Amino acid sequence: MTASNDATLELTDIAVHYGAVRALDGVSLGIREGEAVAVMGPNGAGKSTVLKAIMGLAPVVAGAVYWRGHRLEAATHEIVKEGICFVPQGRRVFTHLTIEENLEMGCLFLGDEAEKRRRLESVIELFPILHEKRRDMASQMSGGQQQMLAIGRGLMGSPDLLLLDEPTLGLAPIVVGEVFQKVREISDRLDTTIMIVEHNIKGVLGIVDRAYVLDKGRVVHEGTPASIRETNILTDVFLGRVQPEGEDGDPFPLAQAGGERTGF
Amino acid sequence: MTTLPQTLREWPRADIERVATVFVLGWAVAFMLWQGTGFTVTLMTVFAIWAILAVSLNLVVGFTGLLSVGHIGFFGIGAYTMAILASDASYDQLRTEAIPTPGWPFFAALPIAVALAGLVALGVGIVFNRFRDDIFVLVSFGFAIIAFSFFLNLREITRGAFGIHEIPRPAFGSWVLDGEVEFLVFALICLALVVLVCWLIVTSSFGRVLTAIREDEEAIAVFGYRVTHFKLAVWVLSAMMAGLAGALFASWTSFIDPNSFILLESMLLIAIVILGGLATIWGSLLGAMAFVLLEEGMRFLPFLPAEFVGQARQVVLGVLLVLLMLFRPQGLVGRYKL
Repeated sequence: MTASNDATLELTDIAVHYGAVRALDGVSLGIREGEAVAVMGPNGAGKSTVLKAIMGLAPVVAGAVYWRGHRLEAATHEIVKEGICFVPQGRRVFTHLTIEENLEMGCLFLGDEAEKRRRLESVIELFPILHEKRRDMASQMSGGQQQMLAIGRGLMGSPDLLLLDEPTLGLAPIVVGEVFQKVREISDRLDTTIMIVEHNIKGVLGIVDRAYVLDKGRVVHEGTPASIRETNILTDVFLGRVQPEGEDGDPFPLAQAGGERTGF
Repeated sequence: MTTLPQTLREWPRADIERVATVFVLGWAVAFMLWQGTGFTVTLMTVFAIWAILAVSLNLVVGFTGLLSVGHIGFFGIGAYTMAILASDASYDQLRTEAIPTPGWPFFAALPIAVALAGLVALGVGIVFNRFRDDIFVLVSFGFAIIAFSFFLNLREITRGAFGIHEIPRPAFGSWVLDGEVEFLVFALICLALVVLVCWLIVTSSFGRVLTAIREDEEAIAVFGYRVTHFKLAVWVLSAMMAGLAGALFASWTSFIDPNSFILLESMLLIAIVILGGLATIWGSLLGAMAFVLLEEGMRFLPFLPAEFVGQARQVVLGVLLVLLMLFRPQGLVGRYKL
């Protein structure tokens, strides 16, 4: 199987099992160059596992990930070299390092010092607060600032594809809007392709071009924010009203309520 | 009203570090002045060897966050390699336990001792790399026991409980460092080199990755850093430094047996590193000095019978470790706590 012609990244029939638990079960999705795509769904739907599967951090038992037409099978450190960066859930900044040192971790062994400086300036332009506090320890920052730092650290790798896992988790509502605005700005200004896993449905649908809805390890819907808003799919998955695969082989009866069929 | 533990925790870090440094150094100077030159030289030599061990272990425990209790095994490998290769071949060993001794000079055996400790660490590290946290502590514990068993039972090579005698002092041509002062200077030079190497490591990009690994191994891995390689590299480097300390120890005492490499010594070493402070080279030096002063100083307590000194040292260090964990888990000048 090959990737679709216009897909930069494509996942085809990905299955991820953690022992007896099927975290992902035949997930197929894709993203085009420069797009911002959300992956949404209730707890345990497998959203974060999608990102981990791309990064080689989850035990993929079936299916394949294609990046720019070739299959990604390598270990995480090789995938990073392909221009893919993952910003994990929970910020996970290095609290015993300064903000500047944290940022540098994104490209520490890049030999070209001028390029390193250029990237640092670009990140600082996006997040001026990081420059003001660059000598402070990361532990001294607020949750929102730490999230900016985590995204900035990811951008230091100058990624073509940025994978964001729940960037607004645990943040105050006033900061959430700022984070979403920055994500959109990264997409527009740096032309970085973005895949974002989010719980904050309203916020994320306001900044992405397309979204996938996952439930119980399967994609149950895919469409533009407008088309998703027109359906009840999100209400259905969050209330557990999406039925498991029926005898007629139709896995997603509720998707018939107006949403598009999955596929890329 | 604030309690003493609260006060200790809230006291500004710089003040505590300054007080701790002045206290330990003042104690050392007073003790040395009281005991005179001969004892000072012995004390400083013991300090230099323990300090090399402590600084090297801090690389693994403090800077990388791998709580290893097996460091004494590498110390033993260095000591035994030096003893076996350099022990005087003409020495009249017990006939039943005689071992082949090539009688190499100190400086020919030294690189082998250091390299062998590193080589064993490489093999062990490849296996240990899959473990973290509590399991890592347990497997490193296992390594210390296995190493001790080898020293004790591999009698065809180590002479078992009989130990190995007549281990030579370093010699530059005909100039043998058989004087205590000369050996002390040599040991201090070795310590300075180890401190320099450690400083270069922890202030480099490599050192920053180690700090990140200690903080969040998974987070650093997603940026493409091959965590297992970094951990293996620092583990091997640290073991090589322990091998150097072992070789120095064997040469200084001129006799070693397995009792010098028991698990308790590893625990004392951990106590030194925690006492001085994790993730700080200065802390390891301070911890080693405090330990040596405590260890040697207890000889002179008038109310303590000589036969109980050894046990009393262990009790005092044990109590000290518990108190530190309660009130000052980052140690005297530490940057990080377990």
